[in-house]
Amino acid sequence: MMHSMNKHFRMLTASAAMSLILMAGAPAFAETPADTLVEGFAFDDIITMDPGEAFELSTAEITANTYSYLVRLDLNDTSKIVGDLAESWTVSDDGLTYTFKLKPGLKFASGNPITAEDVAYSFERVVKLDKSPAFILTQFGLTGDNIAEKAKAADANTFVFTVDKAYAPSFVLNCLTATVGSVVDKKLVLEHVAAVTPSDEYKYDNDFGNAWLKTGYAGSGAFKLREWRANEVVVLERNDNYFGEKAPLARVIYRHMKESSGQRLALENGDIDVARNLEPGDLEAVSKNTDLASTSAPKGTVYYFSLNQKNPNLAKPEVAEAFKYLVDYDAIGSTLIKGIGEIHQTFLPKGVLGELQENPYKLDVAKAKELLAKAGLADGFSVTMDVRNTQPVTGIAESVQQTLAQANIKMEIIPGDGKQTLTKYRARTHDIYIGQWGQDYFDPNSNAETFTVNPDNSDEGKVKTLAWRNTWDVPKEWTEQSKAALLEKDATKRADMYKDLQKKVLEKSPFVIVFQQTEVAGYSGKLKGFKLGPSFDTNYVFTVSK
Amino acid sequence: MTIPETTTQLAGRSRARAKGRATSILKFLVVIVTTYLGLLAVTFFIGRVIPIDPVLAILGDRAPTHVVERTRELLGFNEPLYYQFYVYLRDALTGNFGTSVLTTNPVMDDIRRVFPATMELATVGTLIGSLIGVPLGVLAAVRRGSIADQVVRVIGLVGYSVPIFWLGLLALVLFYAKLRWVAYPGRIDIVYEYSFTPATGFFLLDSLWQGQWEVFKDVFRHIILPAGLLGYFSLAYISRMTRSFMLNELQQEYIVAARAKGLSETRIIWGHALRNAAVPLVTVIALSYAGLLEGSVLTETVFSWPGLGLYITNSLQNADMNAVLGGTIVIGSVFIAINLLSDLLYRTLDPRTRAR
Repeated sequence: MMHSMNKHFRMLTASAAMSLILMAGAPAFAETPADTLVEGFAFDDIITMDPGEAFELSTAEITANTYSYLVRLDLNDTSKIVGDLAESWTVSDDGLTYTFKLKPGLKFASGNPITAEDVAYSFERVVKLDKSPAFILTQFGLTGDNIAEKAKAADANTFVFTVDKAYAPSFVLNCLTATVGSVVDKKLVLEHVAAVTPSDEYKYDNDFGNAWLKTGYAGSGAFKLREWRANEVVVLERNDNYFGEKAPLARVIYRHMKESSGQRLALENGDIDVARNLEPGDLEAVSKNTDLASTSAPKGTVYYFSLNQKNPNLAKPEVAEAFKYLVDYDAIGSTLIKGIGEIHQTFLPKGVLGELQENPYKLDVAKAKELLAKAGLADGFSVTMDVRNTQPVTGIAESVQQTLAQANIKMEIIPGDGKQTLTKYRARTHDIYIGQWGQDYFDPNSNAETFTVNPDNSDEGKVKTLAWRNTWDVPKEWTEQSKAALLEKDATKRADMYKDLQKKVLEKSPFVIVFQQTEVAGYSGKLKGFKLGPSFDTNYVFTVSK
Repeated sequence: MTIPETTTQLAGRSRARAKGRATSILKFLVVIVTTYLGLLAVTFFIGRVIPIDPVLAILGDRAPTHVVERTRELLGFNEPLYYQFYVYLRDALTGNFGTSVLTTNPVMDDIRRVFPATMELATVGTLIGSLIGVPLGVLAAVRRGSIADQVVRVIGLVGYSVPIFWLGLLALVLFYAKLRWVAYPGRIDIVYEYSFTPATGFFLLDSLWQGQWEVFKDVFRHIILPAGLLGYFSLAYISRMTRSFMLNELQQEYIVAARAKGLSETRIIWGHALRNAAVPLVTVIALSYAGLLEGSVLTETVFSWPGLGLYITNSLQNADMNAVLGGTIVIGSVFIAINLLSDLLYRTLDPRTRAR
């Protein structure tokens, strides 16, 4: 009697198993379409595609490929600027008026002609919307009330921009290469504006197309944005109206893939052409694979940890200096950040005007102990560090924890989600914070400002730079020097001023800068012309072919 | 012997029954309303007490101070908590769950898009789980103590105790990276992403319906691994429960009677014992289905499955509380609906529950 049950059962399971195997199908060797570039990329930071609002690194890359600017960074020498929409530009003798001549016959992807009116409108909407990145333009004295005067079209091909001080032209032009400087299609945007009831917070009767542009597109870059689905996919299509050299590929698809190991698997199997977020181990495997290649470029992001001056122990200058001797830079450089970063101790990243290649600190426990004794802390003390639970910061925090222990400093690691540690940091309730700082725009002032300017060190302070976050009362003359560098027309002199500032910060600040990020990518050997740029908004895909 | 009832007695009883029904409906409504309120309140307040600044999630780290202040004011974060909750409740009652920070879409639009993905995965998973799990459980019960029983127990134990993400990664390495039997994480190949327009959001059905055989094969190659894994996990649970239900039934006197009558063992097991065991089994399967519908967070993460689990996880990580709240409400509703459904099924399967 067991027999019949068994037969029944066997039939059932066998057929279930058979159907599974049959339907799984024969082995398939994946290959991406010949006219499409597929990148595996963690782009969960994207929250808007409106160039007037976006301030995220991944968006910067997408915008750089889909929008045009007046000017762009010169990829061969990033301390120089080249025209994009602008054919030429002049600066008036008083240093206040910038006149841009547009190239003739330009068109948006929509087919509408690009005129100086569009440029003026793009500036206007940024200033009036006043979203996160707007300060990059408003720092030149622009307000909702004066924008019509300060950024205007003199004729169809001439755009005139007036700033409030005689800034270094390099500073002004560098700022215009940021995402916020993207030129939008005025006619197209006006078709999509939504009405708004003016209020004290927002004085205008429409949203300048912001709601639509969050997922919409009104640009003139080499590619058009076809679709962005948060945490899923970004799809670009070739813009046949592009004024420059047309992109060889018809389509670029970014697939959101968060994990390094997943990206590596997909790259090895040919399901993606480029893996963008490889960790050291996976990067090594990729570089050993003969069918694949890898590339890298230093990016304008520095990783540091900082000592909150509210903590009386950390506020002692000798302690800050001792911490700089208590980091095993060599070990971190050769393991934790191998391939994805290089040791860098000054606040301006490599590639920016005024960069300073000086890494004077080495792990020196004896020297650190000496300094701690001088501060009256020979027996050490206890302190906490807020660490977001991602690599490489966790690894670095653990390494620092060990080296600090050698000088009797007991450091407790408080792990947390990125937003959680950041919330604490911004409220100035941390002891030590470890994290990264990326430039807001490709100019030395961005980092100089955040590391050396703190006009009001009270909890109510309005200018919340990194110096403020660490309650560091920056010497007044350093702040002055930082501001003076902004007005220095001579680029060499300007660079020297920043170099001097960096030396001071290196020596006497509560910032322990550890390394500069190197962006890496593994890619299929079939790709031609794939390169990473010097900044996040110069990772161009329109040069790639298969 | 029965006593003939008078008409008044009959009418009284039907009135009592109607009243009873009304109270039970009322009770049910009260339960639903309080469940929802509780759900909303707990999620809302957890969302507000977590040590993450909600404005940070919206604007990122680099926004200037005045923009942060303005946004905080605009979104009402400066209002007292109870007032914020009131506003939230008021909007939720009109079906407005707000906009997701992360995707910029209304939360309900997002959920309408991601939920079918989870549902498809859960349905295939549950199908696999019950089609294999039930026979396995029956086998284990019938051959209690035999090698087969032990094997089923081990299968169940492994399914119960091995973490799913680990098994998922292992399965990916084996079936995707080495054997290349299945497609890589995701729901559908990018090749089809723009040539195939799903009507219902259930890709398997849509592609079959539209006669796109290639798409169907591709979708199948994507779904089989994660669904198989989920199926394995519900199989572990279902087979164990089936075994114990069946053991219980097989000891009943009606089985002895059936054997004495000379019925074939197949009929006894599949026709009689399993039919009786089916009643509680329905609840077990329904609950495991509901569990999968919640969005199997880890599976969806490992397989980049754009479903509810992944959506809520991403939202949580970004402190996108509107999306988290909306997702929670949907999960709650699903649970309530499935419980209701299995109650109804109970009545169909077991005539005795109908009489009462």
